[in-house]
Amino acid sequence: MAQGNANTTPGDLELICPAGTPAALRAAVDAGAEAVYLGFRDETNARNFPGLNFSPEELEVGLTYAHARDCKVFVAINTFPRAGAPEAWHRAIDRAADLGVDAVILADIGILDYASKQHPGLRLHLSVQASASNAEAIRFYHEAFGVRRVVLPRVLTVEDIADLNSRIPVETEVFAFGGMCPMAEGRCLLSSYVTGKSPNITGVCSPASHVRYLERGSEMVSRLGDFTINVFQQNDAAGYPTLCKGRFVADDRASYLFEAPTSLNVLPILPDLMAAGVSALKIEGRQRGRAYTAQVVAAFRAAVDACRRGEPIPEMPQLGEVTEGQRETSGAYQRAWR
Amino acid sequence: MKGGKSTKTNPKLALGPVLFHWDAERWRDFYFRIADEADIDTVYLGEVVCAKRRPFILPHLPAVHERLTAAGKEVALSTLALIMTGEEMEEIRQSIADPDLLFEANDISTASLLAGRRHVIGPFVNAYNEGTIAYLAQRGAFRVSLPAELSLSALQDLGQTDAGRSVSLEVQVFGRLPLAISARCYHARAHDLHKDGCQFVCANDPDGLTIETLDEEPFLAINGTQTLSDTYCSLLAELPLLQAAGIDCFRLWPHSCDMVQVAAVFRGVLDESMAVEEAQARLDELIGDVPLANGYLHGREGRLWVDGAAAE
Repeated sequence: MAQGNANTTPGDLELICPAGTPAALRAAVDAGAEAVYLGFRDETNARNFPGLNFSPEELEVGLTYAHARDCKVFVAINTFPRAGAPEAWHRAIDRAADLGVDAVILADIGILDYASKQHPGLRLHLSVQASASNAEAIRFYHEAFGVRRVVLPRVLTVEDIADLNSRIPVETEVFAFGGMCPMAEGRCLLSSYVTGKSPNITGVCSPASHVRYLERGSEMVSRLGDFTINVFQQNDAAGYPTLCKGRFVADDRASYLFEAPTSLNVLPILPDLMAAGVSALKIEGRQRGRAYTAQVVAAFRAAVDACRRGEPIPEMPQLGEVTEGQRETSGAYQRAWR
Repeated sequence: MKGGKSTKTNPKLALGPVLFHWDAERWRDFYFRIADEADIDTVYLGEVVCAKRRPFILPHLPAVHERLTAAGKEVALSTLALIMTGEEMEEIRQSIADPDLLFEANDISTASLLAGRRHVIGPFVNAYNEGTIAYLAQRGAFRVSLPAELSLSALQDLGQTDAGRSVSLEVQVFGRLPLAISARCYHARAHDLHKDGCQFVCANDPDGLTIETLDEEPFLAINGTQTLSDTYCSLLAELPLLQAAGIDCFRLWPHSCDMVQVAAVFRGVLDESMAVEEAQARLDELIGDVPLANGYLHGREGRLWVDGAAAE
């Protein structure tokens, strides 16, 4: 195994922040990110949204900015290549390696194989899209491709994570704030079933191109493709129709069956994650604006610093304003969520 | 791998594992009948969705395995898709200890434990392309069951690669499609229960529970921690296209309808002893008033039905 260039200590809670655009990258770096993650402007990454992401030239500028301020840059190349056409993914890996990024975040086995053979010095992180939820799976990616860090699926409890960390030779990174997938990531075809576009192939989930809001009498209806995802009274804000966060009817009862439109927020359990040996915290939201990024990163910077000093986590009322549906959950990390 | 040389044989008809929580005796009798009456080559067997269900079928597994094997079926034991605890992993480790048994790995952890030994990669492991398939084949996978969301053009491209030719390629051609898996049990949630005290309410719905939108349109189906399509996938009319693309194994997902007859219909089209129109009419009779879908194969939304002949 090559010597690491970005090792963290277990329990260090390195702060990994989203950079959907060059402006968001600067905002995250300035607000105290220890690393930013981003993608190229094409289908090679799982946030392939219009107006987002980086050209190779923009990445080069961003890298200079981040490295000058002691912040690492990770590049997500985490969709699954089309059969017969892996070249775009190979090119993305080559570019990231040539530009000197600190790590690439990968999901596809074929792409991990390519990266480990072509760029043996390149640090590999395993994307959440690979859905490695147990020690055997993580060990496989480590032994086969030299993966150094795994982004854990949002299905594990803090106890599960502590147990995992005692049995694997790699660092773990967990989602800390933002979007909340109730399904095992990388194994969800709900979006392509309804819209034809999927996270795994196209790099999108519940894409805006398939969203419609319809007025119906005194109601506002949010639709994705041909399906009603939710119905709001006119005075209520109509949320974005992410398809697993709608209200559906089972046995004649309507409810947020899969998950309510909530944001994940681990601030209350930060000390538990630290004690569980988690190396890094990931803030979700490459699709969010610069102001959101600055606000969330600054709040987490203060909280992680307090946690490292063994002090109580400060109150962060400003985070409530930016959470989805103004509601928060600690998700699967606490067993009651199941 | 042998330099792109095709190892494809005659088309195989396969029966996926029962995804639903059937009563254990019903489960056993279903497979006894499959052994005795169904024209099926390969049977996948075992609990894939929820570890809590496994103890129910375990006592019947040896007899079912023996009966299917005696009937000349290839039997592969399917393993859990989402493995989250050390106990779940340990159960898998113990079950694969017998080197004479064939397994279908539904998580990369299980594939890793089976390395160096002949095995099947199940549809819950992401194998989208030749790079991944080449890697898995080199570690002992002889068949790969492909993701349901792949289009015909993706399958055709895959079938032309060296890796695609070097293994048996399987496609799901009948039944509700597994779309997602979660740590959370939606059956329990729908009944205001907690996963730990679920009372096995998923057993009430032998084909899954249909979920509707607020506008009362059928949307999806739930099966414990799994979410499936509400529609039944049917690629009956597309079987010749799939064969031409290099697909050589065709998976039927078990449902409560007469699966022996469903298999006969698919076999009829595969071996060209039955016209597609006649097969379609017979399938409609067998499954009753169930919406069908084939959109994924035609590069569209998975939920859609595209007329197979018109699309080509």
